Amino acid sequence: MHLTMLLDMAVDGFGDRIVVGRRTDGLTPRQLQTSARGGARLALDAGADAVVYLAVSGPAFPVAMFAAAYAGVPLVPVNYRLGAEQLSDLLARHPRALVIDEHGVGRTPKEFLAGAAAADPVAEPADTDAPAVIIYTSGTTSTPKGVVLRHTNLVSYVLGTVEFAATGPDEAALMSVPPYHIAGVSNVLTNLYTGRRVVSLPAFDPADWLATVRAEQITHAMVVPTMLARIFAAGADGAVPSLRSLAYGGAAMPPRVIETALRTWPHVGFVNAYGLTETSATVCVLGPSDHRAALDSDDPQVRARLHSAGRPVPGIEVEIRDEDGECVPAGTPGRIWLRGDQVSGEYTGSGSAVDTRGFFDTRDSGRLDAAGYLFVLGRVDDTIIRGGENIAPAEIEDVLLRHPDVADAAVVGVPDDEWGQRLEAIVVPTPGTSPDPENLRTYVRAALRSSKTPDRIVLRPDLPRTPTGKLLRRDVLSDLLASG
Amino acid sequence: MKAGIGQTLTSAVDATTVVVVRWPDADLELTCGGAAMLDAKDPTAGSGTPDPAQSAGSLLGKRYVDEAGGVEVLCTKAGTGTLAVGGTPLVIKTAQPLPASD
Repeated sequence: MHLTMLLDMAVDGFGDRIVVGRRTDGLTPRQLQTSARGGARLALDAGADAVVYLAVSGPAFPVAMFAAAYAGVPLVPVNYRLGAEQLSDLLARHPRALVIDEHGVGRTPKEFLAGAAAADPVAEPADTDAPAVIIYTSGTTSTPKGVVLRHTNLVSYVLGTVEFAATGPDEAALMSVPPYHIAGVSNVLTNLYTGRRVVSLPAFDPADWLATVRAEQITHAMVVPTMLARIFAAGADGAVPSLRSLAYGGAAMPPRVIETALRTWPHVGFVNAYGLTETSATVCVLGPSDHRAALDSDDPQVRARLHSAGRPVPGIEVEIRDEDGECVPAGTPGRIWLRGDQVSGEYTGSGSAVDTRGFFDTRDSGRLDAAGYLFVLGRVDDTIIRGGENIAPAEIEDVLLRHPDVADAAVVGVPDDEWGQRLEAIVVPTPGTSPDPENLRTYVRAALRSSKTPDRIVLRPDLPRTPTGKLLRRDVLSDLLASG
Repeated sequence: MKAGIGQTLTSAVDATTVVVVRWPDADLELTCGGAAMLDAKDPTAGSGTPDPAQSAGSLLGKRYVDEAGGVEVLCTKAGTGTLAVGGTPLVIKTAQPLPASD
């Protein structure tokens, strides 16, 4: 099972439908295939051991992805915002790469597309054992790790979650996550396979996003939670009449943001997707009917599911295990382990990290409810241990985020002589408010208990986050230490 | 034959190509147009004559299952022959649509 098989099927099934870019000048599967075969020639002629994509999203990205597949080398999408030092470290890991970038390291996306069009197309994909894609994880806690995604992983994901050619010709997806994010890679494949045209937004801006949805008659979109929050915070005309489906993932969604979105856009189906780079994107989905059922329910169990990650996609098994590696019953929190063909769990240089039964340790903590809905409680590494009690920051953040004056919140453990760690928080006030930190502490104490109430709450205009919305907890901690 | 998950099989009598999605732990013969399907990577792959009584054809991108034995294949190239296991035609698996998540 090779990525080029998906492209071959698209060419056979709907080779002349525009699937990449704008309706006026986009690419069809047939054109994508021809360009990719030409791009593969460029990589082979250069003796490349990888295709490094270091630019914003655009038509050159899917061409680069399939060019790498035809050339039998991995595609390595890299964050173009990385500092010079980190960037040269990553490039040094792929010394013979064909580089596509805007900084003068290699070819620009435009030059790559022109070169691919002029090159003699390769006939068949090279038969190698090379991975399909290597993604360097964002490294919010440590140096970036190279996650290896095999052709089988990605193709299994596509076949398990998407129906071939099931999309009407009027459907169009708007992609606003960058190419170095797993969803940026997976959406190229899933949309192509189902026949849906993809328009990409090179850099996210709420006004641009809304304007593009309207201009391109976008029916499907995927965002990270911070993007959705910014769309509603912009206060502009938020009408999106063409939109049918909005998927979100990549970080925890603040409850108020999703509730606002559900009420503002009653015609839109919301989809919460939970997944990791190591699992070729989505492993659990909370679908549109789940969202509406939870929002409308009086049953607290059902209502809580609005903040769950939903249930596993076909082909994925979930286990919640305790610290001794034993499975725990529904309702009990533990560590999330996953198994399935789309799960790679493989890293460059260190090999596979799955256990003997093929399960991968996500390093996320979570619990399942009685109906099998997964609640993700955050990274295991972020767990605060206060006086021997394990506390998930998410539990306290969820309470803070329900306060009307709180737009965003982060709770971290600060070293403490008495307790080992004590709880401190940074809160971002909603515009026009200035909540009293003491009142916020009282609010948390009323909902939880005093051991889970932050000892100190500091107000800030925003939180440190990566461009894809992940909270940088180490920066929250250093801010609190510096201001303590 | 005992096919592996992800293995590509080609027809001996027409253009049909399938990828194995599920296969029980058993020796079964998957046929297309009456002739045994072949491993796409096997250079000694032979040819055959299609059985005119087995020409229901297959559709690109559809999954085919045998209701009894747990065989599931995905059609990656459409053809004219009938897909069958042990002489019983496979049927199209109705999809349970998942919402777009990325």
